Amino acid sequence: MEEWLRFLEINAPRILELTLDHAILVTLAIIVALLIGVPLGIYLTTNEYLAGTVLQVASVTLTIPSIALFGVMIPIFSIINQGIGFLPAFVALVLYSQLPIIRNTYTAIKNVNPEMRDAAIGMGMKTSQRLLRVEIPNALPVIMAGVRTAVVLNIGIGVIAAYIGAGGLGVLITQGISRGDNYLIISGSLAVALLAIIADAILLFIQKRFTTKGIAN
Amino acid sequence: MITFNHVTKRYNEEKTAVKDLNFTVEKGNIVVLLGPSGCGKTTLLRMVNRLESISEGNIVINEQDSMDLNAIELRRKVGYVIQSNGLFPNMTIEENVMIVPDLLGWTKKEKRERFDYLMKLIGLDPKIYRKRFPHELSGGQQQRIGVVRALAADPPVMLMDEPFGALDPIIREKIQDEFLQIQREVKKTILFVSHDIDEAIKMGDKIVLLRDGEIMQYDTPSEMLTHPKNEFVSQFFGKDRAIKSLSLHTVKNLQEVIGLAHIDDAIEDTKTINVNQDLRNTISMLLNQEADQVIVTDDQGERIGSITIDLVQKYLHFEIKGKLSVSQEG
Ligand SMILES: Nc1ncnc2c1ncn2[C@@H]1O[C@H](COP(=O)(O)OP(=O)(O)OP(=O)(O)O)[C@@H](O)[C@H]1O
Ligand SMILES: [Mg+2]
Repeated sequence: MEEWLRFLEINAPRILELTLDHAILVTLAIIVALLIGVPLGIYLTTNEYLAGTVLQVASVTLTIPSIALFGVMIPIFSIINQGIGFLPAFVALVLYSQLPIIRNTYTAIKNVNPEMRDAAIGMGMKTSQRLLRVEIPNALPVIMAGVRTAVVLNIGIGVIAAYIGAGGLGVLITQGISRGDNYLIISGSLAVALLAIIADAILLFIQKRFTTKGIAN
Repeated sequence: MITFNHVTKRYNEEKTAVKDLNFTVEKGNIVVLLGPSGCGKTTLLRMVNRLESISEGNIVINEQDSMDLNAIELRRKVGYVIQSNGLFPNMTIEENVMIVPDLLGWTKKEKRERFDYLMKLIGLDPKIYRKRFPHELSGGQQQRIGVVRALAADPPVMLMDEPFGALDPIIREKIQDEFLQIQREVKKTILFVSHDIDEAIKMGDKIVLLRDGEIMQYDTPSEMLTHPKNEFVSQFFGKDRAIKSLSLHTVKNLQEVIGLAHIDDAIEDTKTINVNQDLRNTISMLLNQEADQVIVTDDQGERIGSITIDLVQKYLHFEIKGKLSVSQEG
């Protein structure tokens, strides 16, 4: 126990800094993933043919082992001299987030009660009004569930980013493994788990805030 | 006024849902589209606000060809009610009702006043329901909200697709009465889809009876009951046409033709009925009680006479049977 405390005393600033790096990497990746995935998911509801293809591709992406995807990023980004570091890790995380976000957005909008959609059109809403006032608000819980899945997924996969020099909590774990230092491995893993739990709680709170009472059951 | 000129709807090569229809819905009238499932009622209705395209012919709404109007603007000018009420669960009752006024850019004050007025029209307290959500209302209340939502921006024309279809019979009758009351005040031009004969007779100033996308007869309910144009019409309304037509006549009509009977105070347990009630309700009241008279009261609650089964029968004989061109077995 005493040894633990000493370890933490020495390493706390570093753990915190790496946690912050990790959180920033994941947050930026999720924001960009949302900006791509939500509009794409909505668009796919109007293009059945493309929807099948895109969802297929996104599913396949998710099955690529993370270490392999990160590995593939290196030669690609070497072309612009960014082979290792933040950028390839960021792009890989954006790719991994696409499936849960696109699929949930697509499914949620598709599943909005067709009679509701009919009423919206019949009352003279334009497409944008229908999306913003009716379809997205009613689809929000399912879209948010996709976002939460993506965030937790990314926090976990983000650990691998350390292998391509993108920093984050993976650094503690990889160092711990190479040095045979259990304290490093355990504290790194705990920090990852804690970060995931906190992120999920924050997102749940946001989701509740933006869901009206009418559909909050 | 809505005029249909040679309106045809083809969904695809094989399926022609509506065939060369011609009829006019007069201003301030309710015309009921009636017919068996799949005869094209919904299709016809949805062509009016251009939720379905028109394959041939045209629809003229208040002197304007619907195709000359912008579809979005047209829809905001035409009230639309659907069977499942289509309320938006994410919006409060006030937001739901005020959708079209909101789209039209009404001010907050105008919207609030209109909401209060409409809620009073359907007997719901605006203060209580303003901030509620659809799931906090009963089915009947939701349906009423669906109806006033269509009335919100005071559109001259309304389209109603089985608006009361999902309700149980008792509530349905109540809401029908309530709606007729409102219609007397607002005088909208209404196209109303129903597959319920009783509802069509009750709600319609006129009925369009459809089969396979073609008009079998376009007439007032009593004309249809008494002068069915063909075998399909008479079969559709059934052998109890005479009984059905009773709901088109009130106690007052009977009183004007053959007069009421005197009240026999010796008979105990007699119920009373308002003079504006229809004869169908009167008959069921007579059959459901011990006494063989029902006391008739006027709007002030004064007892003005009594009515018996004999009297109804006599009236039926003069007024209705006499007009039935095909013999009645009902
Ligand atoms: N989108 C469509 N594509 C092809 N055929 C259709 C389409 N919509 C309706 N139909 C067909 O057109 C005919 C008329 O349909 P419609 O919905 O107007 O009937 P309806 O009279 O409203 O019936 P119900 O009482 O069951 O609501 C039916 O045979 C139906 O199968
Ligand atoms: Mg229909």
